Amino acid sequence: MTIGALPPWLSFFTLPSINVRLVLSGCIILGLCSGVLGCFTFLRKRALLGDALSHAALPGVCMAFLLTGTKDPLIILAGAAVSCWLGAISVDLITRYTRCKEDSALGMVLSVYFAVGIMLLTSIQHSGNAAQSGLDKFLLGKAPSMLDRDVWTLTILSVIILGAVAVAYKEFKIISFDPGFAQTLGLPVRVLEVVLATLIVLAVVVGIQAVGVVLMSAMLVTPAAAARFWTDRLSIMAVLAGVFGALSGAAGAYISYLGPGMPTGPWMVIAVTSLFAFSLLFAPLRGFVPRFNRTRRTRRRTAQENILRTLYVLGERENRLDASCSETELLKYRPMRASALLSTLSQLEKKGLVAEDSAGCYALTSDGIETGARLTRLHRLWELYLATKLELAADHVHDDAEEIEHIITPELEARLTAALANPGEDPHARRIPGGHPAAQAGEQT
Amino acid sequence: MSDGIWIIVIGALVAGSCALVGCFLVLRRQALMGDAISHAVLPGIVIAFLITHSRNTLPMMMGAGALGLFTAFLTSALERHGRLQADASLGVTFTWLFALGVILVSAFTGHVDLDAECVLYGEIEYAPLYRAFWGEFDLGPRAFWILLAVAVANTLFVTLGYKQLKLCAFDPGLAAAVGINAALWHYLLMAFVSITTVGAFESVGAILVVALLIVPPNTAYLLTDRLWAMLALSAVLGALSSVGGYLLASALDSSTSAAIAVVSGLFFILAALFSPTHGAVPRYVRRRRLIARTQAFAE
Repeated sequence: MTIGALPPWLSFFTLPSINVRLVLSGCIILGLCSGVLGCFTFLRKRALLGDALSHAALPGVCMAFLLTGTKDPLIILAGAAVSCWLGAISVDLITRYTRCKEDSALGMVLSVYFAVGIMLLTSIQHSGNAAQSGLDKFLLGKAPSMLDRDVWTLTILSVIILGAVAVAYKEFKIISFDPGFAQTLGLPVRVLEVVLATLIVLAVVVGIQAVGVVLMSAMLVTPAAAARFWTDRLSIMAVLAGVFGALSGAAGAYISYLGPGMPTGPWMVIAVTSLFAFSLLFAPLRGFVPRFNRTRRTRRRTAQENILRTLYVLGERENRLDASCSETELLKYRPMRASALLSTLSQLEKKGLVAEDSAGCYALTSDGIETGARLTRLHRLWELYLATKLELAADHVHDDAEEIEHIITPELEARLTAALANPGEDPHARRIPGGHPAAQAGEQT
Repeated sequence: MSDGIWIIVIGALVAGSCALVGCFLVLRRQALMGDAISHAVLPGIVIAFLITHSRNTLPMMMGAGALGLFTAFLTSALERHGRLQADASLGVTFTWLFALGVILVSAFTGHVDLDAECVLYGEIEYAPLYRAFWGEFDLGPRAFWILLAVAVANTLFVTLGYKQLKLCAFDPGLAAAVGINAALWHYLLMAFVSITTVGAFESVGAILVVALLIVPPNTAYLLTDRLWAMLALSAVLGALSSVGGYLLASALDSSTSAAIAVVSGLFFILAALFSPTHGAVPRYVRRRRLIARTQAFAE
């Protein structure tokens, strides 16, 4: 089978032309670099620094043209880099020396630098210089027409960027989390910040050429934000963000190959935002659905344990722990929605902790009695702890114990038991299940 | 009236409207909201265009306004329910919507006379050319009437909601304690920011709106510690930028919108350096004097 016979959605993977190869590798490299760098600005809560800097490139583009009169990409890139870098310095100066806040500094640099750029651009255009045409397209991105040389520039810069991040990883990590601490360690915080800003400037300058201004800011924010949902470790976050960026770069190249006229940059952003949405919803650590499930599970378990304890305490009163109890009675002692009570009871039945008799009343099984006894023990231990060690009034301790009984671990239970010398009675003079037998014997006599 | 005067008047109206809502954005640390909204409205404009098949202002403004509110809503939702930090929520939201807009534009580019540039980069020089008519009678530039309406709406909003907006900006906790619905006022403010952004950028360009929303309020922030003075000062500074920008643009033969933004930036630099209370130079001088006096005292 020849390559030509393959449908487009397959033939892409054979990398049919040099153009496809260039666009694909360019987008992947770009996504990788901006993803990794984005993590540091994200943690500094300067996620929109990329946005501000990519707008700040425009005056440099125009100045480079005005001064040299050529549109040689390297000269234009150098101009863009200089004005981006000045933009980064301006943000720093404004936040350091005026009382304006970070977001205001970013916004002002973004709008004023861009306005200077537009002024220069319109001025050049009105001057009737024929060589200027296409200058205004520089910031719009032109991934599909990437040349050999562009990809080489990208590759070299990305090696520099990733190399610098690898070498100074520990330092960047400290200034991202706690600049004050970095200062006390004797790290050159300002130098490091300028280096980090310079790396971002490099990424932005090559990035805007490929995907355009606004979409470049997306590549610096979204992969990092997506990676944050999966992990609490910066190293993993940086790798993940790089992978997300690279994947969306590939996706952008793929889609623009399939649909002629489909812009690469915006599809890269749509791809990375889809990854973001997936992470937001399903990432095990901080994703919405797993978090929601965890909350629901805890709420369910709490409800189950509350019912077990209610049944246990009611049984205690009748001196028969497997005494059965109707729904109405349960609701009297534990006010809740009747439907919630029913579903909780059926969950407990399924676990074999509660049995329903023919009269529709519920009683604890032997397993249920054991669990109920443990919960009651934890509740009363905590009440006693609050009353004796923290000297709270006995009538103030119940509500707190009601919440903590679901959380106390066996280790904590052991320490409570030791601290209270395995007591037999709680502050309300009720027996603590599994408590000191002597105390219980004393109570019984 | 000559076109020059109209341009200055329209610029001043934009400056005034932007300053009123911009001060609250700056105080609430949402300065980038204007930038975000002005990009995020693109899909709204395209969809309105695709539905009505006309470049009529009203449907486009409605589409844009809806997307502006959607941006504010999505950002807060990501922040609250997704537990994502504020700046990243904003960044993810508006870049996504903008990308969507660009894709819509290029997908329908064959049969649509619309491009991202003509929507986002309006020019204030052309504003006097589009006239409003009452029957046969020429009422003046259409942009003037649109922006006058926006300015009046913003003035009413800020005057009527002054107390609530002030409290929400400075102390959200206290605002909630005295029974102010902070979420309602947040969305009201966002609605007015959207209206201002959308109403202005069609005639004067997004970049000017973004600049005027935050640069004059920040300049005023360096000059005063009182909210009402900050509001008044930023409106005045914005209007002055409009005059200065017009003159600068005529001198350099460049874009007037951009020149207005640049002049407002110059005012900011002046205030950052020389503001009597918060400027860098007076602060430096005060510190030197203090050091000199302490030394003299020590000797």
